Amino acid sequence: MDPIRKILQKYKRDRTRLIDILKDIQESEGSITQQAIELVAKHLKISRAEIEGVITFYHFLSDRPLGKYAVYLNNSITSEMAGRQKVAEALEKETGCKFGQTSEDNLVSLFETSCVGMNDQEPAALINGVVFTSLNEEKVRKIVAGMKRGLAAQEMVEEYGDGANGHELVRAMVKNNIRKAGAVIFDEFTPGQAIAQALNKTPEGVIEEIKKANLLGRGGAGFPTGLKWELCRQEKSDQHYVVCNADEGEPGTFKDRVILTERPQMVFEGMAIAGYAVGAHLGILYLRHEYTYLKKYFEYLLQKMREEGILGKNILGRGFDFDIEIKSGAGAYVCGEESALIESAEGKRGEPRDRPPFPVQKGYLDKPTTVNNVETLAASARIMLRGSSWFRTLGTSVSAGTKVLSISGDCQRPGIYEVEFGITVRELLEMAGAQDTLAVQVGGPSGNCISESGFGRKICYSDLATGGSFIIFNRRRDLFAVVRNFLDFFIEESCGWCVPCRAGNVLLKKKFEKIVAGLGTAQDLAELEAWGKIIKSMSRCGLGQTSPNPVLTTLTNFRELYESRINKKADFIPEFDLGQAVMDACQLTGRKFKEESENAR
Amino acid sequence: MSKPVIATASLAGCFGCHMSFLDIDERILELIELVEFDKSPIDDLKKFTRPVDIGLIEGGCCNAENVEVLRYFRENCRILVSVGECAIMGGLPAMRNLIPLKECLEEAYLNSPTVAPEDRLIPNDEELPLLLNRVYPCHEIVKIDYFLPGCPPSADLIWEALMALIHSQPLKLDYPLIKYD
Repeated sequence: MDPIRKILQKYKRDRTRLIDILKDIQESEGSITQQAIELVAKHLKISRAEIEGVITFYHFLSDRPLGKYAVYLNNSITSEMAGRQKVAEALEKETGCKFGQTSEDNLVSLFETSCVGMNDQEPAALINGVVFTSLNEEKVRKIVAGMKRGLAAQEMVEEYGDGANGHELVRAMVKNNIRKAGAVIFDEFTPGQAIAQALNKTPEGVIEEIKKANLLGRGGAGFPTGLKWELCRQEKSDQHYVVCNADEGEPGTFKDRVILTERPQMVFEGMAIAGYAVGAHLGILYLRHEYTYLKKYFEYLLQKMREEGILGKNILGRGFDFDIEIKSGAGAYVCGEESALIESAEGKRGEPRDRPPFPVQKGYLDKPTTVNNVETLAASARIMLRGSSWFRTLGTSVSAGTKVLSISGDCQRPGIYEVEFGITVRELLEMAGAQDTLAVQVGGPSGNCISESGFGRKICYSDLATGGSFIIFNRRRDLFAVVRNFLDFFIEESCGWCVPCRAGNVLLKKKFEKIVAGLGTAQDLAELEAWGKIIKSMSRCGLGQTSPNPVLTTLTNFRELYESRINKKADFIPEFDLGQAVMDACQLTGRKFKEESENAR
Repeated sequence: MSKPVIATASLAGCFGCHMSFLDIDERILELIELVEFDKSPIDDLKKFTRPVDIGLIEGGCCNAENVEVLRYFRENCRILVSVGECAIMGGLPAMRNLIPLKECLEEAYLNSPTVAPEDRLIPNDEELPLLLNRVYPCHEIVKIDYFLPGCPPSADLIWEALMALIHSQPLKLDYPLIKYD
């Protein structure tokens, strides 16, 4: 049987597995050809256009043939700061191939990609799905030499990282860098006990306990978890679902990667607990493509849990059935938004849905679904073990518990910090060994860029909320370069549905560049701010609603930087240069251009 | 006090906005009581004869002459208004912005099946204005004070805007005036 048919059979011709099917086809055939598309369309009974729509939506799917080694170099700001440019140049020089292209001998394709969740060990790249961290010119030379000798990407990983990164099913050079382990997530965890505790209660009792603990969503938005479960449970339906959002794409966030590496069973048990609470029998772990290297390890652990009776049919002999399925993303930041994630989990383009109905009403396959962050689910497992009153002794009155932060950028100790809510930015900077700090980006590009006057502010839901990203910039950094990087990120990742987000961010960037180039006026600055607000208010999902934040928050906290670039005397400065604009026409017609010809007057 | 002076121009447009302007119908009699016209295709004055209060610009800039006319208007008009989609965003002519100028001209004058082999030549007469590399909206070239959207803006919208400017009143835009679909 040909490989494509085999893949279709493996996924039982399930429409919702389209992305997995396409990824497998690409891995087996090198790309997704027209014939493959036709075959898949026939077997899944969907149109070719639908499949092409999915392929073009996701960054890591390609209908063009790729080289034997597909290199995706991270272009996030921390990668830039750690020397991405030199690595990119070395890659181009060694492979003889430019970014966005495939080398003539079809050995290598080079691409840029958005944050791959390795900000504490940049520059990082994915090569055929294998993670390479802390790259430099020397390492690039070695890797490309390995490619020329035909080594598999995995064979080029010489040293494994700490903890489960070294497990035989992971074998990744990724480092955990856990700098501070807290009481909720990174304390000791014995599999099986949390779910046992939950099963001692009624589902309503579990929800009550989570509510009493005041657990708020750890993805950043802070929706009360207990309430979400309760709303989901109350929806009458033949099926309910639990989805674990492991699609952390916010640049600077890598805490879910470390939680999943070191506490995977805690997350899986959290899913089972959520399933018990809402009345679901299936949980979906939506794993971002960049973390696919952990998939085999998870599958092994899930199997182990089934064998130990803490997952699957009749868990711990208590009559509760719950299983977990892993579904993969294929490279799209917007899929971190829960309704886009659900679309993607159904094997479609990851475009956000209109809300309401909310996922708790109509989610996965239009059934009531609770979508929770990795850390939220892990925390709920801990709450089952230690109780809500213990949990509330941690953190602040509004924000109970701990928060796992991923700290990167200009500091001596980048990595993972599990801290109690209420910690100040200044305390974190000290902990991480940051000096001469100019700015901190809290919550990633979609969050807030704060200046020294805000370093006394607290990490909590009532002050600085964050999904975990905490990027430090010292005084030698050009803040405009940071904003530029973030704007490029949103332009790249906009799904394109809403015009204000798709076109607005491009216009915002143009206006920003005009000001940075010294060609801006007070009017331009006012427009920059006004347009940012339009994009925020006229986009339907969180991506568009937060995409102008890099501009708007630096305008608030570093206004003097912008003020210093604008021309206060002129009321209009055009970027337009007539001589430049007619240059093409002069060349094509062999004519010379005289400014201000009389015939116009 | 003398009457306010109005001037108009059609750059890279289709004259549709001017046509829409004329759709104010009999109100044109009221208008000429209120204002005087200077340089405009309507009276065919080629040059400005006096300082102008309100300049109405239809169309974006696709060639050097458009740019020069637009700059000439800016120098001579107290208030300059972009009228219609082409002036504001480049409009239909800006569809060529996705294709390099060289390809556009080669397709039209060299490679098109309707061009006889002996006629294959990119027009290069000195009388022709040089094309710009792309079509520009007016506000990227000079400062524009107001924008009237529409393709074309309705006669009522143009009328209301003119009345507001002439009487120095705030513009009241009822929803139907700016509803396009």
